[in-house]
Amino acid sequence: MALELRGVSRSVGGKVHIHPTDLTLQKGTMNVLLGPTSAGKTSLMRLMAGLDVPSSGRIFWDGQDVTGMRVQDRRVAMVYQQFINYPAMSVYDNIASPLRLMGRPQGEIHRAVQETAEMLKLTPMLSRKPLELSGGQQQRCALARALVKGAGLVLLDEPLANLDYKLREELRIEIPRIFEASGAIFVYATTEPEEALLLGGQTACLWEGRVTQFGPTPRVYRAPADATTARVFSDPPMNFVSCFKDGHRLNFGDTVNAPAEGAFADLPDGRYLAGFRANHVELNKHSGQAVEFRCTLGVTEITGSETFVHLHHGPDKWVGLVHGVHDLAPGSAVSIWLDPAHVYLFDSAGRLAAPAAYAQAA
Amino acid sequence: MMRVKSSAIVMTIYLLFLLVPIYWLVNMSFKTNAEITGAFTLFPHELTLRNYAVILTDPSWYMGYVNSLIYVVMNTVISITVALPAAYAFSRYSFMGDKHLFFWLLTNRMSPPAVFALPFFQLYSSVGLFDTHIAVALAHCLFNVPLAVWILEGFMRGVPKEIDETAYIDGYGFGRFFIKIFMPLIASGIGVAAFFCFMFSWVELLLSRTLTSVNAKPIAATMTRTVSASGMDWGVLAAAGVLTIIPGALVIYFVRNYIAKGFALGRV
Repeated sequence: MALELRGVSRSVGGKVHIHPTDLTLQKGTMNVLLGPTSAGKTSLMRLMAGLDVPSSGRIFWDGQDVTGMRVQDRRVAMVYQQFINYPAMSVYDNIASPLRLMGRPQGEIHRAVQETAEMLKLTPMLSRKPLELSGGQQQRCALARALVKGAGLVLLDEPLANLDYKLREELRIEIPRIFEASGAIFVYATTEPEEALLLGGQTACLWEGRVTQFGPTPRVYRAPADATTARVFSDPPMNFVSCFKDGHRLNFGDTVNAPAEGAFADLPDGRYLAGFRANHVELNKHSGQAVEFRCTLGVTEITGSETFVHLHHGPDKWVGLVHGVHDLAPGSAVSIWLDPAHVYLFDSAGRLAAPAAYAQAA
Repeated sequence: MMRVKSSAIVMTIYLLFLLVPIYWLVNMSFKTNAEITGAFTLFPHELTLRNYAVILTDPSWYMGYVNSLIYVVMNTVISITVALPAAYAFSRYSFMGDKHLFFWLLTNRMSPPAVFALPFFQLYSSVGLFDTHIAVALAHCLFNVPLAVWILEGFMRGVPKEIDETAYIDGYGFGRFFIKIFMPLIASGIGVAAFFCFMFSWVELLLSRTLTSVNAKPIAATMTRTVSASGMDWGVLAAAGVLTIIPGALVIYFVRNYIAKGFALGRV
């Protein structure tokens, strides 16, 4: 059982929302759509659900062409970022409504609603109206309605984005556990790389209506196929500096160079784009190979035990995430250290030339 | 402290000012004609219910109310029934010329009904609709349907489109979704739209009088009858006026919490 998109695209009024996309989602998998706002996550989901009809391409479910099928006849469920319930019905009736429409017997409906409510901790609220519940409970009611249906395809469109931090953490752990048992295909849209990594499964990186890479989440994170994917799948976004390989040396920017080792040694000489993640920036020489970059400090943001340092290095703007609290004056000169083993090299077209050495080892 | 007091005085004067005509009407309706024309009295010295008795026992009087109520209710039902799907289309879909059409609807309210009295009269006479309740009800749709569409569209716009989509995904067909899920969500809007249709149809005089003669004669037309050979029957006329205010006041009571939103055509 699988959902297959073949060359699916969508444009509205001459504007391309989704470029032709091929994607196959397997049964019982968690699939994360990761991308910034307006990257096409929701557009892609609406095509999968059948709420929108693709401008070109076909959609197959279990090998059957479902491209033009009415959304009512598909076995899908969807949860939106906004808490969407039927305000005029009680929570019980909300959860029961898809089953009633399927014409299930009364006893079975009752059992299924009780079970689902129990799982999502909604049992005490069953007789209340959705608008009398807290945000987290409202979203859980929407999740229950999606779950109770036993749909083959469950679409979750940033379901936790409107919740407060603590509830989000809680549900983020619950959702994969709850849905694992159902054996359906899950599609989960998010803007947060961290969320994708926590959910695991497969990740499709989206950028301006294109899927830039699709594969197992850890692999996409460690070996991003191109610079765009790497930028999307890093929070804060990956830092870049131009790089020139000359024999056995890698020259970063104008002043810094390091020996080209490992996978870098076999690359042909020429221009590359070097990328590194914020968490690999250090304020001291932490390893023998680490090279020093002299930067100017923009601002620092202290998040409890860690500090985000915004840096200017020549024309490039970087963000580093360093341990400890560093209260540095804006505009001051600061040296950062970077181990070349943490550097990704992308070729002039933006494709990955060589992943960082640490990522290959992992 | 002084400010509160002075504002309270202004408010009291204002309310008195507003209530004077209504009080005088009620006052008159309980007086005899002799007292009304003979002396200036602030309250009825000879309290009488004769005026009301005349209206409530004489069919030529009370049938005026019945006729008015029949075509007003018919009009309200027709207007809401027609406006609901129209407003849904305007709030959910974009189609060619939708904005112009939507605005054009409202321009119907900008011309005086008198303009339409002549074509309606001639048309209804020739198709045999003259002097029927449905004739007046249909004529009032001219200004009530656009108004209802505007009010309902405003309320519908406030309902997120995702609710519609979630319902379709859950398996609701359009009709079932509209009645079971959507209408309860805009119930207050339907109430307000119905109130405005009721009110405007109830107070409209020109079309209803032009399009009826005997069988569907509205109360407002009956009231002009009190000028007779024996002079003006002031008391009965006042009682008829009081009875005309009552339905409007009753309906206002039911939608009092939503009227402000209704006046803003649901766009609050």
